[in-house]
Amino acid sequence: MRTHPTEGDGKHLAGCAPEALRFGTEGAGPASPLAASQQQREVRPLSELKRTPLHDLHRELGARLVPFAGWEMPVQYPAGILAEHQHCRNAAALFDVSHMGQVRLDGPDAATALERLVPADVASLAPGRARYTQLTDGAGGILDDLIVSNAGDHLFLVVNAGCRDADIDHMRTALEPAVQVRELADRALVALQGPMAATVLARLAPPCADLPFMGTAEMAVEGIPCRVSRLGYTGEDGYEISVAADEAVRLAKALLAHAEVEPAGLGARDSLRLEAGLPLHGHDIDATTTPVEAGLAWSIQKRRRQEGGFAGAETILRQLAEGPARRLVGLRPEGRAPAREGTEIQEPGGGRTVGKVTSGGFGPSVGGPVAMGYVETPCAEPGTELSLLVRGKPLPAKVAALPFVPRRYHR
Amino acid sequence: MTTYYTKDHEWVRIEGDVATVGISEHAQAQLGDVVFVELPAVGKQVSQGDQAAVVESVKAASELYAPIGGEVIEGNTELEDNPSLVNEEAEGKGWFFRLRVRDPGEAAGLMDSGAYQAYLETLD
Repeated sequence: MRTHPTEGDGKHLAGCAPEALRFGTEGAGPASPLAASQQQREVRPLSELKRTPLHDLHRELGARLVPFAGWEMPVQYPAGILAEHQHCRNAAALFDVSHMGQVRLDGPDAATALERLVPADVASLAPGRARYTQLTDGAGGILDDLIVSNAGDHLFLVVNAGCRDADIDHMRTALEPAVQVRELADRALVALQGPMAATVLARLAPPCADLPFMGTAEMAVEGIPCRVSRLGYTGEDGYEISVAADEAVRLAKALLAHAEVEPAGLGARDSLRLEAGLPLHGHDIDATTTPVEAGLAWSIQKRRRQEGGFAGAETILRQLAEGPARRLVGLRPEGRAPAREGTEIQEPGGGRTVGKVTSGGFGPSVGGPVAMGYVETPCAEPGTELSLLVRGKPLPAKVAALPFVPRRYHR
Repeated sequence: MTTYYTKDHEWVRIEGDVATVGISEHAQAQLGDVVFVELPAVGKQVSQGDQAAVVESVKAASELYAPIGGEVIEGNTELEDNPSLVNEEAEGKGWFFRLRVRDPGEAAGLMDSGAYQAYLETLD
């Protein structure tokens, strides 16, 4: 038995390794000769991989650690991806996302300056509020996607692990010296996600109960100073908690001490976000796709649509006005066979190629295969019948509305 | 009755001229939760080393290679509705398919349980 190489490896962007969930070929797969040779080609020696402050705790918890975007990260714990996924949907799951970049921007006009690089309205973002946006390039492509928070006297950004160095260079070049760009390399980030996340966290940090969805505040959690933001990447209510690296273990253990909380790895994080219809940079979105094509037009507020003035505005505003030629859609294959990234999408019965799958796998809460991919706009209507070319055979599939599983954010 | 193993983590158990094939306990543990199995059609002729089945876990797709050549005479159709049998009992109820063996001599190049365990230890 040999683990199949995951497709889509050819699309890495220079300086911006995707948050690739290629763990199938990166050490989690069976130790076949083929898998081993890919491992050597793809991945730096383990000794060169960066470790999060929770590394030893992952070991203690029995995690399977794999190389991921230059980091050694837990892909799963002994419970396994399916159980971890379900636990997040039913109770609360704790994820280590310390590999993601935390950045602060300081300067009186930081918000206005950042607006040159992102299509979101940052200037109107109230203190204590966070917003999802993208760093775009001159052609409207997505260099990275990120969360921007108004932290009162500065902006707090969380960017993807594979892009953090490139993002920081990009922002330094574009924004300094008027704005100071500082990477908060001495901080860890954990995500507590699931319907019981709020109940659990409120025991340790009562003010977290008052945070609205996309709200952010500094507060003590079990006495540890943290920045707590009510958002996440699972489709569930929950929080991301930024904490000093040397307090991260104490924080994680305090959260795991509650019966409702179990640790979850990157495997469950991927299936949760896929079911929630949330794009993954380096796969569903990258420099070759625009926010409009990716269905992210909701993240471009009215003033920015009227005024432009951001990288790639010409393309993005034109696509907003005229509609894009292709769209990111949900896909539900018939039967049980998952359609993985790179799968060709064709007209029914194996006709003309109309697109490509960018993320695909098994949706544990859906109970069947789910995928996302770009299709030509005339094929993007939910219910449209298409074919997915899986191992040379056309597999019937239908375009599905995203998300596959209703998002249950705190409103 | 002996179970033989390949370096790619398939097992095969030969009774008379019938061989039952699956993936090893080690392989299922490495793969994690199995969500889909594609079996070869009954009547298909496979040679030793041919790709014969597909097994997908939540995180990856893998191919199963025939540890021995022959004609497929039965697939474990229970796996189609309940692929997690592979995790529950990889070397028992989680078998993939049965072959009518052409040349039992092909088993000579495979590992027995002891040799396979020794091989696994070299992988860590």
